[in-house]
Amino acid sequence: MTALHTPTPAPARGNPDPAPRRVGFTQRLSRWDVKLAPYLYISPFFILFALVGAFPLVYTAYVSVHEWNLLGGQGEFVGLQNFTDVLGQAIFWKSVGNTFSIFVLSAAPQLALAITIAAVLDQNLRAATFWRMGVLVPYVVAPVAVSLIFGRMFADQYGLINAILGGIGLDPVGWHSDRFASHVAIATIVNFRWTGYNALILLAAMQAVPRELYEAAVIDGAGRLRQFFSVTVPQIRATMVFVVITATIGGMQIFDEVRMYDPIGLGGPSRNWMTTVLYLYDVAWGNQKNFGRAAAVAWLLFLLIVCIGLINFYLTSRISAADGDRSAVSRRRTQALIAQAQAKARAGSQAEAPTAPLPTHPATPPDEGPPDQAPPSPGRTTRSTTDSEDGGRG
Amino acid sequence: MSSVPVTAQTAGKAAARAATRRRNRGSRATRAAQRRPGWVTYALLGIALLISIFPLYYTLLLGSSTQQEVSQNAVPQWLPDLSLFDRFATVINASQINFWKALMNSVIISVTASLAVVLFSTLAGFAFAKLRFAWRRGLLVFVIATMAVPTQLGVIPLYILMTDLDWVGKLQAVIVPAMLCPFGVFWMTQYLSSALPFELIEAARVDGASMLRTFRSVALPAAAPAAAMLFLFWFVMQWTMFFWPSIVLNSQNPTLPLVVQSLQGQYFTDYSLVMAGIFLVTFPLLVIFAIVGKQLVAGIMTGAVKG
Repeated sequence: MTALHTPTPAPARGNPDPAPRRVGFTQRLSRWDVKLAPYLYISPFFILFALVGAFPLVYTAYVSVHEWNLLGGQGEFVGLQNFTDVLGQAIFWKSVGNTFSIFVLSAAPQLALAITIAAVLDQNLRAATFWRMGVLVPYVVAPVAVSLIFGRMFADQYGLINAILGGIGLDPVGWHSDRFASHVAIATIVNFRWTGYNALILLAAMQAVPRELYEAAVIDGAGRLRQFFSVTVPQIRATMVFVVITATIGGMQIFDEVRMYDPIGLGGPSRNWMTTVLYLYDVAWGNQKNFGRAAAVAWLLFLLIVCIGLINFYLTSRISAADGDRSAVSRRRTQALIAQAQAKARAGSQAEAPTAPLPTHPATPPDEGPPDQAPPSPGRTTRSTTDSEDGGRG
Repeated sequence: MSSVPVTAQTAGKAAARAATRRRNRGSRATRAAQRRPGWVTYALLGIALLISIFPLYYTLLLGSSTQQEVSQNAVPQWLPDLSLFDRFATVINASQINFWKALMNSVIISVTASLAVVLFSTLAGFAFAKLRFAWRRGLLVFVIATMAVPTQLGVIPLYILMTDLDWVGKLQAVIVPAMLCPFGVFWMTQYLSSALPFELIEAARVDGASMLRTFRSVALPAAAPAAAMLFLFWFVMQWTMFFWPSIVLNSQNPTLPLVVQSLQGQYFTDYSLVMAGIFLVTFPLLVIFAIVGKQLVAGIMTGAVKG
């Protein structure tokens, strides 16, 4: 009934409309409903974040300046003692070195392989979904299981890899005794699980490259390899940056793989493959049971990840900027051309919903944001929703 | 408005199916114009597939052999045999392994955490995408920023917290932290801002629906496709999670990845048994993957992020 007096205000508009003369109870209730609902809706996430996300991170700083043990609990305030202790330990530095080494050994080949697989998948395949699922199988195997299996295959004696090496006349490699070899083996474990996953992300980006660009390249006489390097790679650069950055954040926190690489799980006899997170675990729950020091390790690692992230970010944006000028088809130019064409098409025919481009017109550029937008940009999300829908049937 | 979920809302399910068909027909025509790739492509993909599944096949091979054979021969045999099932039985019946309990726990943890993530993310995503309120932009930027924070590094206070709550060794110690997924909020915000037109919300409001009713009857159905992908993604993530469960749970009340660890601890000399156990632990997720793998692929290609 109240609705007859004054029409219900449209909820999604920001400016409060002038107060109606007579406000019924239902109406007032509805007002509060509209005002409070958004905060109610976002509150579960933020409460949870405060409890299990923000509080632990901040409290880590508090723990790190106290003497604190797993059994004894909180002790005295010790200032930066825990930090100096950790920085003075050779094993800490060794773990940082190991982390970097494993990270570099995994990130580079993984990206190269993922791009290759994505390029192979980015064709008019029969049973496309089958092949895509095929490369994703390793992703559903738990990292601990993968690590145990590969730990056996990389066994120093009677391991499969050494048997193959012996078969082609090479000396066996000490995958569990040599430091570098163990890093290669562990990087292989990481790559096994993540390459297919990243290939699918890159494939999604590749499918959003406007097919017209390839047609133009063919007319210009470009071969398939040239098409790949001059059209595909520049077009998917933003996604590559994104993959590299997520690989960095993950790569700095490798734990499962090294924990299960041998039965003892503490990085080998001379801590040859102990990563920093494993070191953190060992300090807190292993031999020392020293939470104060472990918290210091956590903070140092946190700073390290932030630093690497910034360097990474700087380098990749520099590289993409430099490449962008050189490459035959730069993203900005493509975008401009597409915008022109779109405007023309829109003027000509009935306007089409901008939010959901039809797959027949892959007009929205793959990633609308500049390459510095690491998380998937709005353009990417909407674009590939439609994209993968058709891909699944293709 | 042409997105399929919207069609489903406004014109019914059949119309949505028709819209999907219509939409795909165009793309199929363009694709057919492309030439089919040659055998080299399929050979390469075949190799990639073999590499993908070989390690799992290898667990079956070693699981079919005896401890003796495994310790002397890298590939004791080329085909698995029935003795595999004896090993499976040994693992399942081993008193120190708690296989069934681990399976149950993994199901409970993954399902609960994923449902919570989907619900919370859809709620927050709906608010961020479609409702107006103070600090909306700032809070959204904050959510995105938290995606880059390695929350894994807060394990020590989290453990202290769990000790104080007396949750150590209990499932809620794993479930509650696993309900936090900033990516999910971002993901649902992105999806709903394009898939749910303001007109539908306004229509619901004009019809006298409360905000809760609007969420349940308008936003939730529209969010369903993205919600399903988020569920799958988070389910796999939690199912394979090891770091935090290994700290806060124990072998009396394990998850499946912890079973892998106990296997190695109990039988590290008997690789035949360990490998059979690994296959057993991996098998449930493989079955799920066989059924919903297509959706998982679609979800990842829609821009999923590894966490």
